[in-house]
Amino acid sequence: MGNGTSIGRVRGLGSAKTGAHHWLLQRFTAIGNLLLVLWLAVSLVLLPDFGYASVAEWIARPIPATAMALLVVSTFWHARLGLQVLIEDYVHEHGNKFACIAALNLAAFAGAAFGVFCVVRLALGAHA
Amino acid sequence: MATASTRNRPLSPHLQIWRWGPHMFVSILHRLTGDGMAFAGLGVLLWWLGALAGGPKSYETFAWAMTTPVGYIVLVGISWAFFTHMMSGLRHFALDVGAGFELNTNRFWSILSPILGVALTAAFWALLLLR
Repeated sequence: MGNGTSIGRVRGLGSAKTGAHHWLLQRFTAIGNLLLVLWLAVSLVLLPDFGYASVAEWIARPIPATAMALLVVSTFWHARLGLQVLIEDYVHEHGNKFACIAALNLAAFAGAAFGVFCVVRLALGAHA
Repeated sequence: MATASTRNRPLSPHLQIWRWGPHMFVSILHRLTGDGMAFAGLGVLLWWLGALAGGPKSYETFAWAMTTPVGYIVLVGISWAFFTHMMSGLRHFALDVGAGFELNTNRFWSILSPILGVALTAAFWALLLLR
């Protein structure tokens, strides 16, 4: 960013050009969350009990395992987008903002990976 | 960026300027429940999945923690946050297509969304506990 010409003073200060994409992804993942978390809520109500055997047997089945893996991805993605906006609203200093968003990305990817791994492990018969 | 001419620009009015209304409450609640779930909700979700994948012993620890009074408060809180965020999120979908901005309509749904969130939470726990 220069201090000379008028265009040099404003270049790079506008939108990051991906705002609409972020906004749309927030909506798409919101639709995913709506379907998947409601599916989880209904499934929890329909489970006979919350003992290990019942829950592990249920989650290892193909459809619950697929839906749970999708739920983990969709919720972590949505949370990552939402927390990014929170950071952008309240952390103004550029270096701190960059550090927060970098940490958020690491946490979101790590959390989603752990969740999907656990579901896959159960689905492929960890304790069957 | 912050040259002498831009540094002293007035800030846009914030919460302390506007008269309070339900639309402000529902907006704040949407962020609160969303960011609350991002930490507590996803944390408990991962603990649950991790405990299941770890086997009966680790699941027993999780089940014990979640059936303590604090555990129930956390679980009820997460479910309330979900249903409240879901209702205000559905309200956002309507606003996104340009509907519901008339003052009375906006006020009506701003009040109704969090009430429906509480009602759905109560219905969910009633179904869980009474089955």
